[in-house]
Amino acid sequence: MSEALEAEQKTNPQGDPITSVAAPKPAEAAGARKDPHAEAKRQKVVTPEYLFLEAPRTKEFITGSEAAKEAVRRSNVDLAIAYPITPQSETMQLIGVLYGEGYVKEYYRGEEEVGVMAAMAGGSRAGVRCFTATAGPGTLRGLEGIASWPGHRLPIVAMFTCRVVNAPLAIQPDNIEVAYLLNSGMIVFHAENQQDMYDFILAGFTISEKNDVTLPVGVCCDGFFVTHARGYVRMQDRSMKLPPRDAWRGAVPVLDAENPPARLSRDAPVQKSNFMAYNIHAVWQQEVWAAVERSRKYINQYMGGLLTAENVEDAEAVIIASGSAAAQSREAVRICAEKGIKIGLIKVRSIRPFPTQELRKLCGKAKLIVVPEFNYVGWLAKEVATAIYGYSNAKIIGGPRVYGGQSMPVELIVDEVESGLTGKKSSNVAQSSIMGGAVNQDDVAHFMRSI
Amino acid sequence: MAKRFNIRMAGVGGQGVVTGSHILSTAVIHAGGESTIVPFYGSEKRMAPVESYVRVSDEPIYEIGEITFPHIIIIFHPQVITHGKSYTMPFYFGLKEDGIALINHDGPMSLHRDQQRELDERRAKLYYFPATKLSLEVAGMDLATNMALMGCIGAITGLTSVEALEQSVKDRFLGKGFVVSGGTAALDSVVERKFKKKQELIDKNVAVIQAGWNYAVDHGWAATTVKRSEARATVSA
Repeated sequence: MSEALEAEQKTNPQGDPITSVAAPKPAEAAGARKDPHAEAKRQKVVTPEYLFLEAPRTKEFITGSEAAKEAVRRSNVDLAIAYPITPQSETMQLIGVLYGEGYVKEYYRGEEEVGVMAAMAGGSRAGVRCFTATAGPGTLRGLEGIASWPGHRLPIVAMFTCRVVNAPLAIQPDNIEVAYLLNSGMIVFHAENQQDMYDFILAGFTISEKNDVTLPVGVCCDGFFVTHARGYVRMQDRSMKLPPRDAWRGAVPVLDAENPPARLSRDAPVQKSNFMAYNIHAVWQQEVWAAVERSRKYINQYMGGLLTAENVEDAEAVIIASGSAAAQSREAVRICAEKGIKIGLIKVRSIRPFPTQELRKLCGKAKLIVVPEFNYVGWLAKEVATAIYGYSNAKIIGGPRVYGGQSMPVELIVDEVESGLTGKKSSNVAQSSIMGGAVNQDDVAHFMRSI
Repeated sequence: MAKRFNIRMAGVGGQGVVTGSHILSTAVIHAGGESTIVPFYGSEKRMAPVESYVRVSDEPIYEIGEITFPHIIIIFHPQVITHGKSYTMPFYFGLKEDGIALINHDGPMSLHRDQQRELDERRAKLYYFPATKLSLEVAGMDLATNMALMGCIGAITGLTSVEALEQSVKDRFLGKGFVVSGGTAALDSVVERKFKKKQELIDKNVAVIQAGWNYAVDHGWAATTVKRSEARATVSA
């Protein structure tokens, strides 16, 4: 056995056979033990351009958690930290299997999300590629750390498998936690299905580490619907992986741990109340949000755009949705088309940055926009209304909205489209709010009250 | 236009509601269609309410979650209606207009007049199908009730075939990759003990499926393209 192999096994020993690779048979243990990391060591680095745009793919029928695992397998991840919370636990457990197989260099279970997010910051600041996943209350518990990542310019990919966070508490899908991430300065994607989960994580690492971006990326999906259900995922061969993180390419220098005393915080808190302090904070935050803007070109390059649009050109009604609501909307579009309604669908992939220009162009002619959501507050409807204000006369129906784990019957979306076009009040208007366009003031007032 | 049926199956624990929906779903995929299932139940125990939501189509299915407004409802056990053993009350809640209610019962049930009126208002078609009786007659046990219902619904939707249903029964009982829960595994072993060979178990189940299929055809419930299934030789008693 070579020295190199022994050294590696010291920091990455064979784990529990249940969560790791099979334990060696006793006969093998004495002499020629099979290297559990053999396959991982044979992985070849390819360019992101080849991996995303050219490499042949094969289709598999897997869960969203497995899709995340397969994305991380090909992402050359250095450090992954787990802390369990439903419906995410299985995802990070599967990343642990990757660690056992040698695809992830370091992996451990944190004590809780505050610690995990702080350790993610430490890892990223030290210059390695970091991944974690959490959900619902875990996201909010870790939010102090998460909200500090963009300002410290830390490339990290974090996955959020959204679930209920508010009382009465439930473990069911509800994506209200996305609203809390939108103003942190991180890039936020919303995956519709298992394929998106896979693609967005891989692209997330690449975009996150671009020199003119250097920001964390949050990949959100609706828990259970995506994490626990199976779907078709087209994947590149597992013998390929992304190039490693080149930390020197980042917008800020990494932590200098070789020249003590190391400064744990790259920039000490600006606590003096003077114009310099205000200025430092201002330019720093302006630069964070400018970096969010600069990520647009990479999202276009590696993910094929911030949104996808189908049949929007001549549509009188357009459904705008993200995540699982987009999946429900596809069926609503089919039913509406059967009823003879000219209808289009826009799926928003990137919530930060938001596809403002794209929506202004696409929604110029639409008479009606319907925004179905899996949360109470309607964060996407507000984003859409803000983006197209002054550029479209469409009536915007923010809804239907379901939350607390309820499924979204596609019939509710169809109802909103029909009532929006005919003016006839829909039976479920309580689950939606009307804003913008030529609507009566009472309806608008209802929306104004709701924000 | 896509052929699309959203099916809500309601039954009680031990009847194979979830197993039945797996078999129908797999059979539709074997026949070249698309299908998804969402099982829904609480603690796994005999006679506790179980629901399973199955979408079948000849086009891709994107939407997810429970089915609130089904085209078809299947009632596996009369107690779903009489005792309210269901997550959905009344049993026809959300049934679309001109929808179908396939009910496992020997002949028409007397429903409360309000329920009958509401069913009439949405022009629901009530198909009373003696699935348990058929299972006892053909297979000599009531545990193939779900198979009878799946044969029947296969013919009604016209999106699968008896051969494809047979293939999915084989996948279910001979396949290596199928993972079941503890309760279902225990029931599987009960079923398996009743038959000397697994092949006999499969033959009996397929015979019940075929009987259910033909029952639907003979009563004029089946899709217009569906014919009686005669191909298979009758199995020995």
